[in-house]
Amino acid sequence: MALTGIEIFKLLPKTNCKKCGFPTCLAFAMKVAQGQAKIEDCPEASEEIKSKLRDAATPPIIEVQFGTDSMKLKIGGQNVLFRHEKKFLNPTVLALEVADDDSEIETRIDEVLNSSIERVGETLRIEAIYLKNRSADISKYRDALERILKKAPQIPLILGVSSSDIAIDSLSILKGHRPILHGATAENIEEMAKVAAKFNVPLVVSAKGVEAVIPLTEKAKALGVGDLIINAEPKSIGELLRDNTFIARGALKKQIRSVGYPIITFAWGKDDFYETIVSTVGILKYSSILVLKRTLPWKNLALFTIRQNIYSDPQVPMQVKQGIYRVGEPDDKSPFIVTTNFALTYFLVKGEIENSKIPVWLGIMDCDGLSVLTAWAAGKFSASKIAQFVKESGIEEKLNHRELIIPGYVAMLKASIEDKLSGWKVVIGTKEASGIPAFLRNYVRSKNDR
Amino acid sequence: MKFSIIKESYTGSVPEITFGKNRKVSFGGEKSLPFLFFEGEHPHKPLISFEVQDSPPQDYPKELAKVYSSVWDDPVRWAKLCESFGAEAIALRLMSIHPDTTDAKAEDVADKLKKFLNEIDLPLIILGCNHTEKDAEVLPIVSDVARGFNCIIGKAQEGNYKTIAASAMAGGHSLIAMSELDVNLAKQLNILITQMGFPANKLIIDPMCSALGYGFEYTYSVMERIRIAGLIQGDPMLSSPMVADVGFYVWKTKETQAEDENSQWGSLHERGIIWEAVTACSFLLSGAELLIMRHPEAVNLVKYFIEDLISTKEK
Ligand code: B12
Ligand code: SF4
Repeated sequence: MALTGIEIFKLLPKTNCKKCGFPTCLAFAMKVAQGQAKIEDCPEASEEIKSKLRDAATPPIIEVQFGTDSMKLKIGGQNVLFRHEKKFLNPTVLALEVADDDSEIETRIDEVLNSSIERVGETLRIEAIYLKNRSADISKYRDALERILKKAPQIPLILGVSSSDIAIDSLSILKGHRPILHGATAENIEEMAKVAAKFNVPLVVSAKGVEAVIPLTEKAKALGVGDLIINAEPKSIGELLRDNTFIARGALKKQIRSVGYPIITFAWGKDDFYETIVSTVGILKYSSILVLKRTLPWKNLALFTIRQNIYSDPQVPMQVKQGIYRVGEPDDKSPFIVTTNFALTYFLVKGEIENSKIPVWLGIMDCDGLSVLTAWAAGKFSASKIAQFVKESGIEEKLNHRELIIPGYVAMLKASIEDKLSGWKVVIGTKEASGIPAFLRNYVRSKNDR
Repeated sequence: MKFSIIKESYTGSVPEITFGKNRKVSFGGEKSLPFLFFEGEHPHKPLISFEVQDSPPQDYPKELAKVYSSVWDDPVRWAKLCESFGAEAIALRLMSIHPDTTDAKAEDVADKLKKFLNEIDLPLIILGCNHTEKDAEVLPIVSDVARGFNCIIGKAQEGNYKTIAASAMAGGHSLIAMSELDVNLAKQLNILITQMGFPANKLIIDPMCSALGYGFEYTYSVMERIRIAGLIQGDPMLSSPMVADVGFYVWKTKETQAEDENSQWGSLHERGIIWEAVTACSFLLSGAELLIMRHPEAVNLVKYFIEDLISTKEK
């Protein structure tokens, strides 16, 4: 937590010597507290205050960066326990575990490279590979690493090795990469910490339970590794929830530095279903990296969606700008649809219009990012506002017809919109967006028949 | 440094609800945030009820139809099938009364319910169709028919709670009070209902459910806020057990219906099941004690999840 001006002042020499450029120590202290002056400007400041300030500037859970120049990933940095307090920072990174003796490494890499799915305007994907040294053989590991680098030179990496020799061997060939080094335990912490310090890479320390992890983070820190990540090795969902709660609470509520690090979780499960459930708990409850045993499209979709939901801003719904959007290449005969500017609504509706292959003018109304019914209930998607939007949008010049399609959920607005928009006819669409392709095809056909 | 466990201190607790006549089940009763066994008692596991509808559903997608279409024209057979899947409670949803579907009359539903109560001895939740006026008309009659069966009746909303709460009280039932994703509205409704003399320890909050990807984060956070207000801040009007009506919302989504081909979404079968299971498990973690679900495989997953959590209880 930040120090106040008075707290800083108390630790200054109070000689008012003015070497800092300020008339008094107090004035200087106030500026430092506001971030407008640096403690280094006072030649008399003690080491104690410098380290206190440095400490205070460190977030309770540190932020760690890894990856490559074109794929930089950030983890940690959280400052709340519950998402309603403030937006959760830095979404959980999903990684796939690949073993160095897997004969189909290339297939696994493809799984990661082809994992991306679009949802609500965002591209979601498995972001990293965890390369596990299952063979315990240094040349096998080197070989696997080279195969990954050849096929996916930019993919962020986590190196799962338990020997410092293999760690050094791998880190020496990784150029333009800042991988995470995983494999420090009570047995090898010194060597591994030295390697991490030498190559300046983040280090994962692993031990069973939070209490056993703490001496390891302390030791690694003393050996000069600042970017640490915790693996408390939970073996059941109950342990995962408990360990992660302890770590996050310890860091955020008690400012315990030795647990103030991001968490890595290795998902497990008797099958893909259960591994997805375990991963869900990790995403909901403070895991910063989740390593999956296997990826599958349906599993990815569920995990991407829950991550996107949980890491959304609780104060502002995702929204798109008001305006008339073209879907496909609409002309003056194309259908005209109106809906709200909630990002989810927009993307679902747009996606289904695209599926229909029928070009459409899509009118998006500013409703503060509320869904159709929510906006209607809040009076933001009312007949008069829709009428006003249509008039002011300039759509009338683009069309040679006067038909407006509204979402099925607000069918009750038809008559009053027609009242307020003279010359227009209102057509009621389906309730769910999934009905749009069939609806549009019928609509266009019946219009042509007329 | 020695790490001392950082425990939260709690001033409130969740009342325990028991329902059913011959076969009874209980849920709620905990004294700390969900599954944090190290800092408060959790006398009961969360309870999963299987949804059964009183008339053949018109909107069950393929994956649900595969499981239920052979029994769904008879609620008794449907419930027995659920029982064979291991159901510990049934949630009977009276969809036939909805004015937009068959607009069935209260008397017809009452007859169906009598038969149902005779044949099924699992603890029962009886749900209306979420149409404010129609529920206000039918649920009182239903409460009366089920008098003595110690059911849960739902859902009372701001617009109809008076008649529904009064009749649930007369029938000796517990009651679900549903508000719309807002802590203050949930509290307000509980205050109004208890002011009528309805016992606070027989109330269940439905903060309104939603499906993964479709408003999920709102339900998740409202539940967390309600639990924190009830347990940590000790607000008695926000400490009621919570229900998550998961299946109803999940099986409307595109993710549970779109076929496998041409999609990067993978197999529909697994996708539908995981959509319901992930939504359900998440809401257990945010505070729900009672779930209403549809797919038996999703239910099994959630049960396994609960057992896995409980396994740390003794340690
Ligand atoms: C999340 C949510 C909220 C969030 C807001 C989220 C948001 N960004 O909009 C919050 C918590 C803020 C909220 C508040 C309220 N809410 Co609200 N909310 C919901 C909830 C759970 C989900 C909404 C959602 O995200 N839907 C997903 C989007 C994508 O749906 P959509 O916009 O309708 O789009 C779909 C279709 O309409 C269709 N579509 C859209 N456009 C078009 C166009 C055409 C041509 C076609 C064919 C189809 C189509 O495609 C989409 C996918 O199928 C719903 C209930 C539910 N489960 O649906 C209630 C709901 C919408 N809310 C409701 C209410 C009453 C409110 C409040 C007034 C409650 C209150 N008293 O506080 C407030 C009003 C807000 C305000 N500012 O005053 C009611 C509306 C009642 C009614 N029948 O009119 C609902 C239905 C709940 C209920 N009672 O059942 N809510
Ligand atoms: S240089 Fe340091 S000691 Fe001198 S006035 Fe500034 S703050 Fe005070």
